Amino acid sequence: MEIIMSILAGVLFTTGVYNLLQKQLLRIIIGTALISHGAHLFILTMGELKRGAPPILDYSIDQYTDPLPQALILTSIVISFGVTSLLLVLAYRASKENGTDNMDKLRGNEND
Amino acid sequence: MSNLAVLPIVIPLLAGVLAIFFHKKLPVVRIFTQVVIAINLVMTVFILWYVNQNGTVVLEAGDWAAPFGIVLVADMLSVSLVLTTNIVAFACALYAPKSLSEKQEEFYFYTFFLLLITGVSGAFTTGDLFNLFVFFEVLLMASYGLIVLGGERVQLRESIKYVLINLFSSMLFVTTVAFLYSVVGTVNMAQISQRVAESEQTGILTGIGILLFFVFGTKAALFPLYYWLPKPYIVPNPVVSALFGALLTKVGIYSILRVFSLIFFHEQMVFDFFIWIAGFTLIFGAIGALSTNNIKMVIAYNIIPAIGFMLMGIAVFNGNGFSGSIYYLIQDMIIKSALFLLVGAIAYLAGTSDLRKIRGLIHHYPLLGWLFFISAFVLAGIPPFSGFIGKLLLIEGAFEEGEIAIAIIGLGASLLILYSVMRIFIRGFWGEKDESIVPDRKKARAFAVPVIFLLFFNVLLGVGAEWFYPSIESIGNYLLDPEIYIQSVLKE
Repeated sequence: MEIIMSILAGVLFTTGVYNLLQKQLLRIIIGTALISHGAHLFILTMGELKRGAPPILDYSIDQYTDPLPQALILTSIVISFGVTSLLLVLAYRASKENGTDNMDKLRGNEND
Repeated sequence: MSNLAVLPIVIPLLAGVLAIFFHKKLPVVRIFTQVVIAINLVMTVFILWYVNQNGTVVLEAGDWAAPFGIVLVADMLSVSLVLTTNIVAFACALYAPKSLSEKQEEFYFYTFFLLLITGVSGAFTTGDLFNLFVFFEVLLMASYGLIVLGGERVQLRESIKYVLINLFSSMLFVTTVAFLYSVVGTVNMAQISQRVAESEQTGILTGIGILLFFVFGTKAALFPLYYWLPKPYIVPNPVVSALFGALLTKVGIYSILRVFSLIFFHEQMVFDFFIWIAGFTLIFGAIGALSTNNIKMVIAYNIIPAIGFMLMGIAVFNGNGFSGSIYYLIQDMIIKSALFLLVGAIAYLAGTSDLRKIRGLIHHYPLLGWLFFISAFVLAGIPPFSGFIGKLLLIEGAFEEGEIAIAIIGLGASLLILYSVMRIFIRGFWGEKDESIVPDRKKARAFAVPVIFLLFFNVLLGVGAEWFYPSIESIGNYLLDPEIYIQSVLKE
């Protein structure tokens, strides 16, 4: 199971990086979203996908899944959610002000 | 008393939240921020004294024993860096009302500012790798807010690149933590160190170490990962640039220092690799500083060779190297903010940041001119000032390990750094009087006050090296022996 998950996370990373290297701003943001999905899936996988009950205390169960990676993912999800929403607003403002969403044209020179 | 470790994080956090409620009442929020930072500064001095007397303060959050809960570790290294952070913050809090427009201040500048200080202090004191990631995000989020403050076209354009590169490296950080967790089964730094030492650092652990180096190297702007740094650092207001230049990259280099002195120090190959990276960082940063006529850009590029110097101290891995790195780190945080504040003032008073259009400023603003002159000497490491002692220790450390080449590169880079800043002084301050400028002496004096405050510490660190050197040397030796850290955290 871990192998399949690792491959899936790898695919997510690959597509994410591919999208990051595009010119269109929105595709770049989609790329970052894909990369964060890959990272979160990866944490889950690296915490071992042992068969066990959800981490809610129940005295009749003695085998649980590891709760730590789930807490880490939850933290990481809200953080990347915050950053992504900021990035979307930023991209909206930047494309409005600069009149383009092409990263090639969003270059600077010393005069402005 | 162990709650002392959390105070430098809690005070600015609460103050930042409070500042939201009266963000439009500028006189109140200005005084409030300055008072809070001053209290925090005094508090940190007390914590430093306390840690010096009684040894490392470890706070186990929620009374959970060390590897299970989150620990905050206030040892001499982290507390002295938090203190330096607060010195820089105090100067910036004094400078901010003079350089920001009222509109920028109203839009929650002080909240972002205080949260940035929270994140930086937290990153310096945490003893947990995932918590380090969270504090990284706290300070980065605040920095995203600060970098776009004002919303000019060029700011929006550069901030996108800044956010993207940081988002990418943060995601890589999370992935690396996941790798490390799967190998050693913990995220507490002391316990990771123990388990890595037990396994004698296998190949996969070295791989993870290099990945962490990549992440922190991106944050710290090492060669070849510095490409994102110069532009985003010059587009915001000078006070924001000063905060960024002083604090953000230094958190990255601190993390490298911590991780590679505490956890991944078993593999010599890694440190040989660091020497190369440090050499290239020094060369390319110094060349970059010479390549431009924009005075803000010159200072922004000067961040990069400074990081190279610190990495060089980590790479040689001996007592002198470490204490040199720490000395250099502390003085560089102060001088970089002073220089950013100075060039911000120059650009404001001269009306341009293009060096070709500025001349003869010394006739109008002698005080600023001589302050800049001293700063240039501090930066280059001329003997009475603080830059000298850090560099001396670093070069000594490099010679002890027989790394002659890196020492020579370091000395050569110092020369280029001196040239790059003296060029601003000679071209901008000397020369004929520019009659078209109407001098604004009142503003210039207001700009000079925080810079004098910062330079005071630089001169003190240089002239009073005898007072500071013993404790910095003991921090250097402390870093060589990770057992002390592990025992103070895990209490075995």
